[in-house]
Amino acid sequence: MSILGTRVVRTEDPLFLTRGATYTDDLTDDRLAGALHATFVRSTVAHGRLLSVDTSAALEAPGVVAVVTAEDVADLVPIPPPFPFVNRAMTRPWLASDRVRFVGDPIAVVLTEERYQGEDAAEMVAVDIDPLPAVVGTAAAAADEVLLFPEAGTNVMASFGEPAPADFFDGCEVVVTQPMVNQRVAPVPLESRAAAAAWGEDGRVTVWCTNQGAQQARGQFGDWLKMDPDLIHLITPDVGGGFGAKIGADPEYALIAWLAKHVGRPVRWAENRSENLIGMLHGRAQDQVVTIGGRRDGTIEAYSLVVDQDCGSYPRIGTVLPTLTMLMAPGVYGFPRVHAQARALATTTTSIGAYRGAGRPEATAALERAIDLFAAEIGMDPAEVRRKNLLPAFSEPHRTPMGATYDNGDYTAALDKALEAAGYAELRAEQARRRERGDVRQLGIGMSVYVEITGADNGAGTGEAASLEVHPDGTATVLTGTSPHGQGHATAWAMIASDQLGIPVEKITVVHGDTDRVPEGGGTMGSRSLQQGGAAVHQAAGELVELARQRAAEKLEVDPEDLVVDLGLAGLAVRGTPGTGVTFADLAADEQLLVQTRFTAAAPTFPFGAHVVVVEVDVESGKAQVTRLIAVDDAGTILNPLLAEGQRHGGYAQGVAQALLEEVLYDEDGNPTTSTLADYPFISATELPSFELVEMATPTPMNALGAKGIGEAGTIGATPAVQNAVIDAVAHLGVRHIDMPTTPMRVFRAVQQAQGGN
Amino acid sequence: MIPGSFEYVRPTSVEEAIAALVEHGDDAKVLAGGHSLLPLMKLRLAMPAVLIDISRIPGLSYVRVDGDEVAIGAGTRHHELEKDAVAAAEVPILPYVASQVGDPQVRHRGTIGGTVAHSDPASDLPTALLALGGTVVVQGPNGRRSIPLTDFWLGFFETALAEDELIVEIRVPRTGSAGWAYEKFTRRANDWPIVAAAAVGSRGGGAGGPLRVALANMAGAVVRATATEEALARGASIEEAAALADQGTSPGADMHADQEYRRHLARLLTRRALEKAAGAPAAAA
Repeated sequence: MSILGTRVVRTEDPLFLTRGATYTDDLTDDRLAGALHATFVRSTVAHGRLLSVDTSAALEAPGVVAVVTAEDVADLVPIPPPFPFVNRAMTRPWLASDRVRFVGDPIAVVLTEERYQGEDAAEMVAVDIDPLPAVVGTAAAAADEVLLFPEAGTNVMASFGEPAPADFFDGCEVVVTQPMVNQRVAPVPLESRAAAAAWGEDGRVTVWCTNQGAQQARGQFGDWLKMDPDLIHLITPDVGGGFGAKIGADPEYALIAWLAKHVGRPVRWAENRSENLIGMLHGRAQDQVVTIGGRRDGTIEAYSLVVDQDCGSYPRIGTVLPTLTMLMAPGVYGFPRVHAQARALATTTTSIGAYRGAGRPEATAALERAIDLFAAEIGMDPAEVRRKNLLPAFSEPHRTPMGATYDNGDYTAALDKALEAAGYAELRAEQARRRERGDVRQLGIGMSVYVEITGADNGAGTGEAASLEVHPDGTATVLTGTSPHGQGHATAWAMIASDQLGIPVEKITVVHGDTDRVPEGGGTMGSRSLQQGGAAVHQAAGELVELARQRAAEKLEVDPEDLVVDLGLAGLAVRGTPGTGVTFADLAADEQLLVQTRFTAAAPTFPFGAHVVVVEVDVESGKAQVTRLIAVDDAGTILNPLLAEGQRHGGYAQGVAQALLEEVLYDEDGNPTTSTLADYPFISATELPSFELVEMATPTPMNALGAKGIGEAGTIGATPAVQNAVIDAVAHLGVRHIDMPTTPMRVFRAVQQAQGGN
Repeated sequence: MIPGSFEYVRPTSVEEAIAALVEHGDDAKVLAGGHSLLPLMKLRLAMPAVLIDISRIPGLSYVRVDGDEVAIGAGTRHHELEKDAVAAAEVPILPYVASQVGDPQVRHRGTIGGTVAHSDPASDLPTALLALGGTVVVQGPNGRRSIPLTDFWLGFFETALAEDELIVEIRVPRTGSAGWAYEKFTRRANDWPIVAAAAVGSRGGGAGGPLRVALANMAGAVVRATATEEALARGASIEEAAALADQGTSPGADMHADQEYRRHLARLLTRRALEKAAGAPAAAA
């Protein structure tokens, strides 16, 4: 029986649970001996003219070696926008020189012998800022009255799509429009940002930094510092979570490398939690307007989604995410007419990046809310409205009106499985009883059906590299360009190699995140790793078997066609003649047994599923508690259910968190008011039920493993299901919509307003 | 997230601690469990020049019956109070409320004296203590004095404690079988209350005395719901009395709740606490 599909326990964990991980800030590498500690002086004003930076007092403080300001980094070219479609005037200075654009904008760096000296000295850097009005929220940005980049002439970073034609909803019996907020959230990886750099006498720099793809980060270092990437050795030590916010490098990381050269000593930096909450990329932050129209029999005929993406101060990945939202706008439905349009806008806040789902959860949230709004308007069960409009099951590629080509899907089956597992009819009966009795604790039942895009770079990108080597001692090494930071690639990639070679998982080492050993790779993001990196390892194992076959045929003097893989032997044996084989290890002893390969999938994959969530809402206080979460997540063939379930669980938790709790907030002056974990309501286990997982697997033809992505699906499905459930709990009181997070005060007010309106 | 520099003093007796307080005056802060003070120091919102760590002073952690009162040593940790058999029998609201503070790590560090001295209006145990009524025993260079709990908390981070005094004991009446309830409203289990209501006593003033209600986070410090208590004393129904709970309060506004919503929660939680304390079917814990 194949090891694939079995619950192999994570080989990473014994080390993590005993010795502990080695994060960037834990490094004791000899090359970092005597490293200086960097402390950033950051703007405490959201927007203003930077009049002066006086470092004289700080330079006298104990332990201070240097204080670096914009003048010192004048030889560095300001960072251009990351995408060609973004207004080219929106560049980012390495350190603020004439203007600050968000609370947290780096102004100076203090380098000290000891870390604690840095915070003392940073307070002594005197910064004089002439405040300008803050730009908080997309409406203020779109007004273009206060500009972050006057030379750009606008706060619009980029625009996508055209307005809907005037007659778009003509002929619809019912049209519902709703503005909604997909709020800004903070990724909050447990390991905050950190970097360290040391230059060698050979002119190469070694950089350690926590990120989701060493090779991409190295490329950015090269671009930003105008360096030959071959002179950059970038290492990703153990990484404690990323959720998209650690894709690539941050400017701070590259500045650490520059500083190490500037002062001629190694430099290291690790941000604290408050710095993380204002300095690391945030996610989501879309203001949306959905309009949905159709017939009273439940048939939806037209759907429009208009997005204003808050990008924060400087353009980062967030500027491109609305295009993914637009691409996935029609989701699982076969609406005849779909329209989507977006703007990306600059505000005096922390920049927006990718956060688990990155553009797709925003599409699903808007759509699944719209379906419920339409169902409420025509008085039909929301499950019935969905069934009426879902795309029928398909096994051949389906092209959507927005231009996505879904590989395969059976959305009705996913919905039916979830509803059946939930006991939907009985839940509605219990809800009716509570409504009838006027219970304080009302029941809400919410659902979502989703499809998302994973491995979005499939076909367009360069695929993923893998190399596989068997050693004479019977062990093997896999080199991968993916970049695990919690996912379990060491276990999963070893399983894939073991499946074809018979070498036990525990004898296979997976190496990643070191650009000298693995020069090329796409990293881990967008739920791409298994379907590209894992598939590359699968391909490498097949190629290694063929290489071994040729060598074994010569060694054994038999026809290669007569050799078969003997998994028990971990080698090749002559067909029908047991005991006449040769192990891969023996072959490696004769000559290095190594293959290097690259796998490129033809196109992205489209995982799908359905979630049903049950909440209890205390209608007197407005507080909602999630009591059940039932989820069907079809990610194709599952390699290791243990790992896949872990991805699902984490995704659900972050979905519930966005729907109920989390929101990054700024006051009207642009000051962040959620910059500690006392104020930012990070979810905990006590707010979550035990999850009810329902299995469904529709293999994709895009790779030999049949695997689609699973990293982000949980978040995409859970968020709108929870929001819909909270609203459903008070729907009988006249409530139609409540924005996320559905805080107790918001729920209470919504009920009050609905009742007052009667 | 690194505090400013400070001197560290670790006295081994109350007298030594007081001597250190006399010496350093308002440059000094007393460190007990540290779970309120240290976060403020890490954010540099507090920058005391001297920290007087009283956690090694023996004999400050106890719960014992003393006449009609229960005496609780100021160094008693929330976890110890939560598990204490004497407290469970004599003043059962306190172990329950102690179990509602923060998370297990916080409860294993935080002390009752520390939370009383800190005077955060959103603190659990002070709310329960105020409903119980009782006294704070403090010691200074001239010996001990008792301050009624009703006079102790003056405002946000402000108490009747003098600069050179240390809280050594909290004394509360034995309530035995009297009714009680603590209704804490949070978004997450380990949060400070957005609003909380503590109720202790009996209708008509039987066991544990008349019904008393205290509120968390409805003013600069924890406060009694005096209008509610007076209405109950006049014989008003729980519903009528609870509707007055926010009278005389001055709640703040934050991202969780504006003033109007906090007033609503105060009325709602007071009603629920009174119903439980008065022996309505859904009795607490």
